[in-house]
Amino acid sequence: MNFDFTAEAPKLMMLLYGVIAFAAVVGLLLLVLDVLPARKDRWIALGLLAPAGLLLLVGLVVPAIRTMILAFMNADSTEFVGLENFLWIFTDKNSGMLPDFGATPVQYGVLLSTLLWVLLVPTVSTAVGLVYAVMVDRSRFESFAKSLVFMPMAISFVGAGIIWKFVYEYRQEGADQIGLLNQLVVAMGGTPQQWLLDGPWNTLFLIVVLVWIQAGFAMVVLSAAIKAIPADIVEAARIDGVTAGQMFWRVTIPSIRPALVVVLVTISIGTLKVFDIVRTMTGGQFGTSVVANEMYTYSFRADERGKGAALAVLLFLFVIPIVIYQVRLMRRRRLEGAR
Amino acid sequence: MSTGTETVLAAPDAEVPPTVAGRVRKKLTSRTASAISLVIALLWTVPTLGVLISSIRPENEIKSNGWWNFFSNPQFTLENYEQVLFGSRSASGGLAGYFVNSLVITIPSVLFPLAFCALAAYALAWTRFRGRDWIYIGIFALQIVPLQMALIPLLSFFNYGVSLGGFQLLPAWDLDGPAKFITVWFAHTCFALPLGIFLLHNFMAELPGDLVEAARVDGATHAKIFRSIILPLIVPALASFAIFQFLWVWNDLLVALIFAGGPKNAPLTVRLAELAGNRGNEWQRLTAAAFVSIIVPLTVFLSLQRYFVRGLLAGSVKG
Repeated sequence: MNFDFTAEAPKLMMLLYGVIAFAAVVGLLLLVLDVLPARKDRWIALGLLAPAGLLLLVGLVVPAIRTMILAFMNADSTEFVGLENFLWIFTDKNSGMLPDFGATPVQYGVLLSTLLWVLLVPTVSTAVGLVYAVMVDRSRFESFAKSLVFMPMAISFVGAGIIWKFVYEYRQEGADQIGLLNQLVVAMGGTPQQWLLDGPWNTLFLIVVLVWIQAGFAMVVLSAAIKAIPADIVEAARIDGVTAGQMFWRVTIPSIRPALVVVLVTISIGTLKVFDIVRTMTGGQFGTSVVANEMYTYSFRADERGKGAALAVLLFLFVIPIVIYQVRLMRRRRLEGAR
Repeated sequence: MSTGTETVLAAPDAEVPPTVAGRVRKKLTSRTASAISLVIALLWTVPTLGVLISSIRPENEIKSNGWWNFFSNPQFTLENYEQVLFGSRSASGGLAGYFVNSLVITIPSVLFPLAFCALAAYALAWTRFRGRDWIYIGIFALQIVPLQMALIPLLSFFNYGVSLGGFQLLPAWDLDGPAKFITVWFAHTCFALPLGIFLLHNFMAELPGDLVEAARVDGATHAKIFRSIILPLIVPALASFAIFQFLWVWNDLLVALIFAGGPKNAPLTVRLAELAGNRGNEWQRLTAAAFVSIIVPLTVFLSLQRYFVRGLLAGSVKG
């Protein structure tokens, strides 16, 4: 046993201070509210919004604006360099951002890899979640079955990375395999592979990990949507004698389309920002890096703040079309509903 | 279960479940359906099971044969856990210290946003002032700003303060030792606000307005209304946001890597990522370490799943 409690005591004191500070702040706010004149909503609102507003300003709004400026400056933010950082991303062959199809193995480059993540993770997780939600709906073990698929949502990306790294673990041909995937391959007469090392497929094996985490989210939301489909629609279709396939494509899917869009959009936005999985499993090597990982590396490891900021801005720009699509869809649906 | 007409119409094969999913499942023959769902359920649980079983096997067993051999040749040890939790730091883990760090980081990072979001959401839902809707839309829109956009300037704000044209407006925070946790709390609190305010506002705006109006007519102040009427009613929403935030902070790697700095303050995730990088083949430690980090969020999650699902649905479907 080698656990030094005295070394931990100051941290626990800090935790205590934190909780006391929390109680003090909340108490003070409520006290101030009590004293303020009750009829002046404007002052009350100001008092209530002030802490959140101030923190948002200091912690999010101002930094985001500063990042946009830094993206046009050099590595140590001392002079403006115009579009140089963005040109580096999109035109420099040595930045690692662009695909190189001539190389062996084929290099997707950071941009195309990120696109692959954003296309595959939402669609596959949603498909798996939807199929599973339909299959277990109203079955005897429904809530237990759902918990099983939902569980990975509680596991950190880092933890999930380690779990799957273990599944992909490689031992030389002839030796006992300790990774589940290679064991299956060997059992079926194949040769074991280094799944995480060999491009260009290794990116796909990383993508599996995020699908594994996100499918539970898709399943829960879609399952709720399926349960909300009015029974009379289903009855009408049934009386018309539709087949199972028609029922699925013409009744289920159209009825839950709003939920489908929300799930797809939410997972796409989450996928763009994923960083931990790549960091834990390959460290971004072997052609598996994505924009969020490069952003971290350039900003906080390589001291290239200009390039790091430009990559952060790029992430932001990628999110915007997805959000615009969702807003337009929502507005169109509202108009249709009004008619 | 259904109305009279439906029952009559459904009479020929009354066993058919009344939902779409039920019908699809029925028609696909329940055997295929069971097979597919079984495969998915296995894919989603077996990898975790493998890590759990490995973590209690002896080192030479883990490294020489697959964890599935545990069933034919069970060998049980807790040595891996003892090593990763209490072993000397550099070599094996020292996870006990990091576990404490995770707790110290997480608890205030959940409490502060909870309070600030509840107050702000109340103001946006139940007070009347000009520009209220614009402020709400602004906060709502902030949800789409990736937190990567804030990281570089926020770090320099902590390290160097704010200076404008050579004039120091705000000093550097200059925090050391345990006080460094404050910067992590600060960052997590800021990043949690947009989603938190959005979720709680949705929930509060749906409470019956008569309640609040009646209390106001009786001369109750906003503070009193908030404390004695709103707060008890929004407990489920607070619970679901708290679980969200708890899982997010406990499982976070990025914010911790940047703001916690150094092994003295880093949480479990940082140490785990480090172990996976430096000691990628020490599976006896990696598996046990992974489980130490998973066990707390998993317990919270499984015991409070109901609230979590409710929050998830409120946040995604209504939005």
